[in-house]
Amino acid sequence: MFKKHSTEQHITFRELFMKGGLPEKLSFIIMGFSNFANKKILKGLIFLVAEVGFLFWLIRNGIHALAMLQTLGTKKQGLVYNSKLGMDVLQKGDNSMLILLFGIAAILICIVLIVLYVVNLKSARNIYELKAAGKPLPTVKDDLKSLLNERFHQTLMTVPLMGVLFFTILPLLYMISIAFTNYDHNNLPPKNLFTWVGFHNFSNVITGDIASTFFPVLGWTLVWAVVATVSCFFFGVILALLINTKGIKLKKMWRTIFILTMAVPQFISLLIMRNLLNDAGPINSILKSWGWISKSIPFLTDPTMAKFSIIIVNLWIGIPATMLITTGIIQNLDQEQIEAAVMDGANKFQIFRSITFPQILFVMMPSLIQQLIGNINNFNVIYLLTGGGPTNSNYYGAGSTDLLVTWLYNLTVNTMDYNLASVIGILIFILSAVFSLWAYTHTNSYKEG
Amino acid sequence: MAKKEINYKAQKKRTKYLVYAILTIMSVVWLFPIVWIVLNSFRQEGGAFVPYIIPKHFTLSNYTKLITDASGNYPFVRWFVNTLIVSVCTCVLSTFITISMSYALSRLRFKLRRPFLKVALVLNMFPAFMSMIAIYYILKALNLAGSLLALILVYSAGAALTFYVAKGFFDTIPMALDESAMIDGANKWQIFTKITLPLSKPIIVYTALTAFMGPWMDFIFAKIIMGDDVKNYTVAIGLYSMMTQTTANSLFMTFTAGCVLIAIPITLLFIYMQKYYVEGVTSGAVK
Repeated sequence: MFKKHSTEQHITFRELFMKGGLPEKLSFIIMGFSNFANKKILKGLIFLVAEVGFLFWLIRNGIHALAMLQTLGTKKQGLVYNSKLGMDVLQKGDNSMLILLFGIAAILICIVLIVLYVVNLKSARNIYELKAAGKPLPTVKDDLKSLLNERFHQTLMTVPLMGVLFFTILPLLYMISIAFTNYDHNNLPPKNLFTWVGFHNFSNVITGDIASTFFPVLGWTLVWAVVATVSCFFFGVILALLINTKGIKLKKMWRTIFILTMAVPQFISLLIMRNLLNDAGPINSILKSWGWISKSIPFLTDPTMAKFSIIIVNLWIGIPATMLITTGIIQNLDQEQIEAAVMDGANKFQIFRSITFPQILFVMMPSLIQQLIGNINNFNVIYLLTGGGPTNSNYYGAGSTDLLVTWLYNLTVNTMDYNLASVIGILIFILSAVFSLWAYTHTNSYKEG
Repeated sequence: MAKKEINYKAQKKRTKYLVYAILTIMSVVWLFPIVWIVLNSFRQEGGAFVPYIIPKHFTLSNYTKLITDASGNYPFVRWFVNTLIVSVCTCVLSTFITISMSYALSRLRFKLRRPFLKVALVLNMFPAFMSMIAIYYILKALNLAGSLLALILVYSAGAALTFYVAKGFFDTIPMALDESAMIDGANKWQIFTKITLPLSKPIIVYTALTAFMGPWMDFIFAKIIMGDDVKNYTVAIGLYSMMTQTTANSLFMTFTAGCVLIAIPITLLFIYMQKYYVEGVTSGAVK
């Protein structure tokens, strides 16, 4: 429907209304009327049912849901004096959270209906134009057939997009809205109400009380993302080169050893690492029994040490992945160029620095940018290894090693400051978007790839 | 000249031994945690922390404890069945969804294609945790929170936006194939089912396996959705719940036994699909 006619000239809906007969005119009020008038009962019925259902819903729930969006509820839960009974009665109160959720759902339903309305008008126009041109109208069979041909994309994408609408877009709109409310631990529904506060939360995070937590956490997030990405990439390439050194036997076995560690689910390997590195864990106790140290090394309990431990452990996780990916690239490197360099007397390091590494970097650039964004959002490593700890009394709701994303998690699950969490989420989004855009415009392999 | 040749050979040999040495050390470091889990799962004595690596007494009781659920609060077998149900359903639904989406976005041309690709890129940039709580309330409003169906829905719905790898694959199949079939009178549906799908076995396998493995590893979404409903836990949250402050010491060996039981199938699947993994990351990364 979209594609077939996109290049042809259509009359506008205005012209349709002016020129069209009664069925076309009525289609502007009663959806599907033109379809009925032209004996396309099934299609007309779908439009009509959608419209009637929508109006019914609008009167019963919709208007209320939309109206409540303005205030997010006014009745507080609590005891209210009832003059009839002459005593205090528990009032149920409004639940701001549900009001907001239903309000946004209501807006989405309205949008869906508007789309359907336009589709209805297009259908009416289509019929009108075909009739004007004296062409036969498509039958129900033709319509169904087109779902497998010209409109095959609709058949394929309708169900997945419903999922996206309900489980990605609706929750996302909801959480973005939360960023503009005061939905925090003092205003938890159903006991209390929350309401719109505009950009107050943003200013609170950037210049207000929360800034003293936000900027250090942001700084560590950026340091972590860059160091983790670069270190895993660099050492992964070296490992891949080592395994692919000429004359090394059992290449496949070496590779499999490292791949094995990639396959272990992260929640298992990281929890094990946490145990290994515990103050009372095996590494510390073995070092003690050997007499190398007298006091436990605070791998995960000292703020600075913990950051190093996290980066080292992340190497354990990240190096095999880079190795696996770069192996393919190394095997496809231009050997002649390397041989020519050897002839000219270049040593191994020079070859690596000027030939091998730049080529790998070129191919890997897009995936490196993705890894960088992935590391900004790397929840597993931090959450499972340190849980954000050790605790930092200068921070609000975050520990010394918390990234923005684990802080976001803490804010929703532990301190229940949903408004702050949403602001952080939006800021993370901006951060990722900036990096992607920068990469999109500045790297060559993006353009050629 | 001859001397130089010998020197060169000797140096080459030395480099080779050096490389072997580095690789061996690295392998030991990388395998150590895994070996340590396996050893712990057979350890009879002690709690979470013992000052040695090789257990003094070997036993299978950790495994029997795990499977018979001796403590009564950690029904591992039930968790295993839950996860299996969720992952099989998710696998079927997600594969269907991902393949449909990626095929439509790669091979079909329609008006909203480019805008949609951009919107998907933007949607993927929001951290998933942000909408977690909202999803929980939506499921609650649908009266689904705490059920396995909810998990299946959430995992499968997420599949619609993870089409990049499969789309990258479909992009590589020459359009000329479609065109010649179209000249022979095939419609889009026939091209999809008779021509493209048979050629796409690798990517279908990859998509299905990734979807299948997801529920075995995710512990955050599942935990939020399941709350305290222990009998509906999946293995990942179940095992994770064993490691709380109070139970970490007493249940550590049972926990490692569970880890071994989960890690074996996942590892085998992963090694089987690693070549697709590489293709996925390098070819279809960003387009």
